[in-house]
Formats: sequence, C-alpha cells, structure tokens
Amino acid sequence: MGAHAHAAHADHGADHQHHHEESFISKFVFTQDHKMIGKQFLVTAILMAWVAVIMSVIFRLQLAWPGEGFAFTNFFLGDKWAPGGVIDPNMYLALVTIHGTIMVFFVLTAGLSGTFANMLIPLQLGARDMASGFINMLSYWFFFTSSVIMLASLFVEGGPASAGWTIYPPLSALPKAIPGSGAGMTLWLVSMALFIASSLMGGLNYVVTILNLRTKGMKMTRMPLTIWAIFFTAVIGILSFPVLLSAALLLLLDRSMHTSFYLSDIHIAGEALENTGGSPILFQHLFWFLGHPEVYIVLLPALGITSEIISTNARKPIFGYRAMIGSIMAIAFLSFLVWGHHMFITGMNPFLGSVFVFTTLLIAIPSAVKVFNYLTTLWRGNIIFTPAMLFSIGLVATFIAGGLTGIILADSALDIMVHDTYFVIAHFHIVMGMSAIFGMFAGIYHWFPKMYGRMMNTKLGYLHFWITFICAFGVFFPMHFIGLAGAPRRYYSYTEFTMFNGVVDLNVLVTIFAITGALAQLIFTGNFFYSVFRGPKSVQNPWKSNTLEWTTPVEHMHGNWPGPLPVVHRWPYDYSKPGKAEDWVSQITPMEPGETEDN
Amino acid sequence: MSKLLILIVVLVGALAVAQVARVYELTSRLRGKREEDISPADNRMNARLMWAFLVAYFAFFIWLIVAYKDKMLPVAASTQGVETDWLMNFNWAILAVMFVVTNVLLFFFAGKYVYSKDRRAFWFPHNNKLELLWTIVPAAVLAVIIIYGLNSWNNITSPASPDAVVVELYAKQFDWTARYPGQDGRMGATDYRLINGDNPLGIVTAKSIATRLAEIDTEIAEEEARLQGVLPDDKVAEIEDHIGYLGRMASRIVNLRVVMEQDIKENGEASTYLHGADDVVTKDFVLPVHKEVDILIRARDVIHSAYMPHLRIQMNAVPGMTTHMKVTPTITTDSMRTHVMHDEAFDFILLCNKICGASHFNMQMPLTVVTASEFTAWVAEANKKPFEPAGTQPGGNGYFAGQYR
Repeated sequence: MGAHAHAAHADHGADHQHHHEESFISKFVFTQDHKMIGKQFLVTAILMAWVAVIMSVIFRLQLAWPGEGFAFTNFFLGDKWAPGGVIDPNMYLALVTIHGTIMVFFVLTAGLSGTFANMLIPLQLGARDMASGFINMLSYWFFFTSSVIMLASLFVEGGPASAGWTIYPPLSALPKAIPGSGAGMTLWLVSMALFIASSLMGGLNYVVTILNLRTKGMKMTRMPLTIWAIFFTAVIGILSFPVLLSAALLLLLDRSMHTSFYLSDIHIAGEALENTGGSPILFQHLFWFLGHPEVYIVLLPALGITSEIISTNARKPIFGYRAMIGSIMAIAFLSFLVWGHHMFITGMNPFLGSVFVFTTLLIAIPSAVKVFNYLTTLWRGNIIFTPAMLFSIGLVATFIAGGLTGIILADSALDIMVHDTYFVIAHFHIVMGMSAIFGMFAGIYHWFPKMYGRMMNTKLGYLHFWITFICAFGVFFPMHFIGLAGAPRRYYSYTEFTMFNGVVDLNVLVTIFAITGALAQLIFTGNFFYSVFRGPKSVQNPWKSNTLEWTTPVEHMHGNWPGPLPVVHRWPYDYSKPGKAEDWVSQITPMEPGETEDN
Repeated sequence: MSKLLILIVVLVGALAVAQVARVYELTSRLRGKREEDISPADNRMNARLMWAFLVAYFAFFIWLIVAYKDKMLPVAASTQGVETDWLMNFNWAILAVMFVVTNVLLFFFAGKYVYSKDRRAFWFPHNNKLELLWTIVPAAVLAVIIIYGLNSWNNITSPASPDAVVVELYAKQFDWTARYPGQDGRMGATDYRLINGDNPLGIVTAKSIATRLAEIDTEIAEEEARLQGVLPDDKVAEIEDHIGYLGRMASRIVNLRVVMEQDIKENGEASTYLHGADDVVTKDFVLPVHKEVDILIRARDVIHSAYMPHLRIQMNAVPGMTTHMKVTPTITTDSMRTHVMHDEAFDFILLCNKICGASHFNMQMPLTVVTASEFTAWVAEANKKPFEPAGTQPGGNGYFAGQYR
C-alpha cells in the first residue's frame, strides 16, 4: 500500500511538471509550491526583522542616553511620539512590546519554521511537495495578513499594544491603564489569532508530510536531524498554539463583552469596575502554556539546522544521532511541563513552584547532551568554515552561555531576586534570540544555493558573522551584570534611582554594540538581495552534502525531481566513512556489499 | 529634506556594498575560484579568529567582573537574602566550571581541526559510554542544584510565623501605600468599591460604607439632574448607563453591609470588619530589624511587583488577590549608611518590577529598617497621625519626577 501510494504520487508529479506555463500570480503570489512558499516566508520575515531591529535601536538610544533627543528617533516616530527626538514613555513600552512580538512570532517562529520547514521537508524527504499545497499557501497568506495587521497597529491613535509581548491583563485589558490597550491591543489580538491559524495550518501540514510522504527507503531513522527538529517543533506548535488562541479570545471577551475571566476587584481612573471573580493569573497559565513551548518552537529548528550544517562542514557524522533525536524528543515533552517557571513569584503555591523547578532543570540534561554531542562532532573533524558553519558554531556558543544562566533562573529561590530584571533579558536573548537567529542565518547561508540557484558572497558572510557574533555578546553579556545590580526590565530610564548609577555606563556600551550589530545586518541584507539576482550561479551540490535536496536540479521545478523520486539507501551522515573514496556519500548511493549502516 | 538626505545616504551605501561585492566576485571568477570553495587561507583565518574570540570572550567576562564587582547589589540585608546569596554563589561556582570547560572545548576544537585536503575526519558516529557519561554527570550535578535550591525555596516561601509583624503593601499606578494594624494589632477587611480620596485602600468600616453610599447617592442625583436638560440621544443613553452602574455599585455595597453585620453578629470582636477603623495607612514604609515580617501585597488596578533588591525578595501584586512575602531584615538603614555603603543618602528601595504603565520606571518607595524599639515608637506615633493622601513622594534623581505621574 505504502509503495503503491508512493508510486502514484511519483507518477503524478512526473507528468505534472510538463504541463501549463504558470502566470506570475500563480508562480510568485498565490503559489502552492513549497519552495516558493518557503521563500515568501523568508523575505517577509527579513522585512519584519528590520522593523523590530529599528525599534530596538530606538529604545537602546533612550536607555543609553535617557532624555536626549535623537533625529533617528524622531525620523521614525514623528513629533507625536518623539517630540524633539525624545521618545514618549508609552511609546517606549509599545516598542519593547512590538519588538518582542515580531521577533518571537513573526521572525523566529514563522520566519524560521516557515522558511525551512517548507523548503526542506519535501526536499530532504524525497517528496514532490507538501501534503496539501493549498493549506500551505493559506498558511503563508494568513501569516502575511497577520503581519500587515501587526504593522498597521503601529499607526493607531493610542499607539500599538504596550503591555509587553506577554500582554498580561489587566494592563492589556484596560485602555484606561495604558493607551496602547485600546485599538492597538485589539489589532494585536486579531493579528495573533490569524498568526496562530497560520502556524496551525503550517504545523499540521509539516507533520502529515513527514509521516506520510517520505520516499522509498527514507525510514524515520534515516531522516536528517533538521526534519526531526521540525517535526517536533510542529507537534509542539499544534498542541500549544490553540491554548494561546483561547487565552487571546478570553481576553478579547474581557475587553469587549464585559466578561470577567481575568479581571477582578479593579479600581481604575477613579472608578470601580464591575468585574469580579476573574484571575489575572489564569491568563498567565494559559499564556505560558504556549509561551514556554514557544521557546522550543523557536529553538529546535535552529538546533536541527545546526546539526545538519556542523556535520556537513566538519565532514564528520553528527555524533550520537539517536541521542540527538532522543534529546529533541525529551525537550519537546518536557517543554509542556515547565511553564510555571515564569510564574514563581505570582503568588502561586510554593509547592507547585517546586515541581516546576524540578521539571525545568530536567531540560538541562537533554540540552547538555546536545552540547556535548556538538563538541564531539567538531573533535577531530575536518572543518570547513563556510559562513553557515560559523553561525552554527556561534549557535553552540550562545546556547552554552544562555543555557547556563537558565539554570539560575529555573532555580526558584534565585529567580525571586533576578525575576524580571535585565538578567532575564540577557538570558533569553542569548539562548533563544541569538541561538535561533544564528540558526536562521546558518540555514540561509547554507540553503541559499538551493533556494535561489545562486551563491551568497562568502567574504561578506564572514564579515557579517564576526561583527554579529561579537556584538551579540557585547550587547547581551553586560546585561547580566545590569540585572544582578537589580535593574528591572521595561524601565523607560534608570535615572530615577541612584542605586543604578554604577551600571549606567554599561548601558552606553550595550547600545554601541547594538547599533554596530544592527548595521552589520545591512551587510547581510545587501548580500542576500544582491545574490538573489546577481550572485554567481550555484552548482548542484556546492557543500558536498549527503542529503536529498542536493540531488535536485539547480533550477526549481514543480515536483522537485525530473524523473522518479530518489530512493534512499543510508542515513544522511556518512561523512568521511572509512573505505570510501570521497569524504561524503549521498543518501541515494546504494550500500556496498558488506557495508554496515552505522547510525 | 533631511529625511530625503538620509534615504539617499542609505541607498548610496547599499549601492557601494553591492559594487564592492560585484568587483570582488568578478575578480575571483577571473581567478577561476568558485564561491563555495573556501580557500585554505580563509579557513585558517577563521580558525585563528575562533581562538582569538575565545581569549577575547573570557577577557571581556573577567573585565566585567573586575570592573563591576563593587557595583552589584551590596550585602544582602535579610536572612532570606543571605540564603539567596549563598545559593547564588554556590550555583555560580558550578556554572563557571561548565562555562569554561564547554567554551574552551568548543573554540579550541573549532580552531584546531581546520580543513586539510590530506586529512580525513575521524569516523566517530556514536559511543554509548560517552553519551551515558554526559547524561549522568549533568543529571547528578543538577540533582545537587535542585536539592539545595528547593531547600532554600522552602525556607524562603514557608508561611510566616503567627507572631510575625504584619504589614500590607498596596500598589496602584504609580505609587505604593503601606498599611499597619492599629492599636488592636489586627488589620481590617477591605473592599475596592469603597475606595475614595480619604480611603485609598477601601478599608471596610460602618463609616466608610455610609460615606461611599452617600457619595453614590449624590452622584446619582447629579446625573439625574443632568437628564432634565436637553441632550442628544447618545448622551442620554450614556448618562442612563452610568446611573445604572451607580445603582448596581450601591446595591453591592449594601450587600457588603449585610455581610459585615452578619459577620459581626456571628464572630463578635473577632470579626475583621471591626478592625479597620484604626489601621495606619501611610506613605512611610518602615520595618523592624531582626523580626520576621509577613508582607501582604495587594493591587488596585493592574499587576505590579513588589521588588526589594537589597533584601533579595520580590512578590507580585495582583488585583483581586492577596499575595504574601516573608522577610526578616538583618541590617538597619542606619548601619547600611554608616557601615556598608558609606553614603548618608542611602535608602533601601521598594520598586515596581512588573510592567504597569507609563511611569512604571518610577514607581518606587523608600524602605526604612529600624531597630525594634524605634519601630514600636514609630507605630505608636503613626497611630496618632491621620493619613495624608498627598504624602511625600520619593524623588530619586528627580530627573522626570512628577512628569508622568
């Protein structure tokens, strides 16, 4: 039955490709081709990332030189929100909110999963396309619409949502508490509802495709780790995003329909509200039930990409393939049992806190396994420093630095002291932000030839990596110290407290690194778009990689392979296998007599 | 005009980068080099940069520690804080080892095993013993961290003893108010519907209920008077809505009065409704040294967080519920000033650490820790003073003081 289905699918794909010339609209806009959809996600994410980066530069300027006017700030915010170039405190909170929202959801969730899941699942598994091209297309257009609404929310009267990316009610429910909780917040919720729909459609498609459309010989245990990571990412997303949707819907009801899910005993602007019996903490439980798995939705694809790239460029099999799968599985499972560590000091029962301490610290074990496996893969490798490889090594470094501080934050007794301080900002930007974005950059540099049939400039890639890498630590490392000095996050300025005077100069240092790091992304963006159109033509398999995507022709075509689908004979990591002439063996190369599959 | 200029500069910059890339590509194509071939020189350069980065990374880390060691929080001023600090240092000691070992291995390997045509990578797909080793070792280390961590967590979060001093912290946008029990040693019940200018915490007493009901009656009368005038339809609807709201508020407060009377009838002197009248509501936050204090935390409007970094304690203030935090201060403000900070202006600070609105960054209150006898004297004195709603506000550096309050 399975073989029959494969054959039918293969035939369909093979004759499909000869038909009809496609119009511009069906090829580039409402396309159902997974490769084009992947590229749509990527380009949209790059544009969204720039919006979020510019926001971060604006608030970094305010943090380094509070109260000083900047033409840059005024240029983007205008006289309403930045009179004289000094940002308004409400707008400051709005920017940190939207910066977080865009980066976490639009760039590192949709941008990362959307791009690489769509690109790689059919190509690395030997499928003609995703299980449902139509749902895949819808997934992108829901995401696109959601992005447009999120950007539109920047222009409403009271400003965009300003209650932090975690939008805790009552702040997010009461326009009287903060102007951003008016129309801006409504648009935020609508945008996120569409986003969640998009990510569910994408996720279901990924899972179904991975389970059903693997080519002959592509056993689960022969899948590249990218696919394993994307698989578990999709499963996590499918199970947790609906919970965020319900949290958002209840919030919408509280805001517009006078319900009291999250509101109780509130007296604001001189008036007692009629809401009683609700609990703001309920929202936090629902939010973090997605919110924490979200961290792994962001991180796992990056780790999968890195596994693939480190193995390829170290010319060495990934160490402990099965342990890597096991650790992804363990992380995915545990990610659902740890959300309470964001809520140690909400008044939650301390015993419940203890349980979350235990489960959270358990995650450090599979994480440690992953790090040591990366290190062992590099050990006695034959390392080629492509820009993708550099970013992958960078990811391991940020994963180590951020993972270790996570142990401090998971320890509830210590969290009391550093909760919501800059220590937290430092931690999650390094472990989630930097690691995931490094994984994304690595993936872009590595699979660019596959996406566009052209090469990105390597020298500019080096320049981009080293500046970004140095700035990543320059920006986020000092923040640990600012946090340990007791400085809270989401403060418009620290000038109201003499106790922070000792660390204010660190804020200047951080901002200088942040601006430099932001400028380095110009190098990337320029390199990217220039190479899309003018980069040198790529060969079929530039990195001498084993996986199936490099057996497709350089020119994209519907159905991916011109002839029948490739048949897989081995795992993807036969690099430098003893007894082989080359230091790589494609997955489609049949096993020699007596050769063992060594995974 | 200046915006146009900036745009032009950006565009020219992008063009310049593109041109440089183009020239570079053309020359390398002339040399017959393909973009995916990483030259030995490039590989070597990156390998050396890996080592250089390792050194710079650690140097930066050490510089930060040396330069900012003294600018971190001073010695913990509570028994809970002393425990936290010990646990923190214990964790840092373990993490520092892991940090150094893993980073040295990562950057050392990355720099050392640089590509060579004449060499092949070592075939090493897996090794069960090694994998078991780095599953068990982290598990064991984490077990130690968890055990010590949970031990401290239980100590810090266990309920305060019944004879602890009780203080209430009340948060609203954007300031804090403290409440102490009066002469009777107990705090009275509160209800947010009773909040007004004279009763910022909504303390329930027969008097506060009567006052609030009278206020609402006046308001309803005013609104009804407005309805007599000639008004557009939507305005009429708005006023009628408001009257409806005020009526419902009044009936809830009447209900509250029934509940109060019932409770007093059942419990007599023990009823919490009898203990509010003499509560001390104040903008001064004073704690006794070496005494366990049970801090009750409430919020009026949105979530706030009561964070006292010098005491290493923090707890959210959540509308609709009361949270607790226990603390035993160990150093008075005076000894902090003279013996620790050598700064006569030093104050312990209570600050808000949960985003709460525009002036979140300036929602603070100084905390004064005094000796037990000074505390008794202060409470007695405070009992005599009526609450001043416009009490002293903390100044900080005075940079934005008052601007967004």
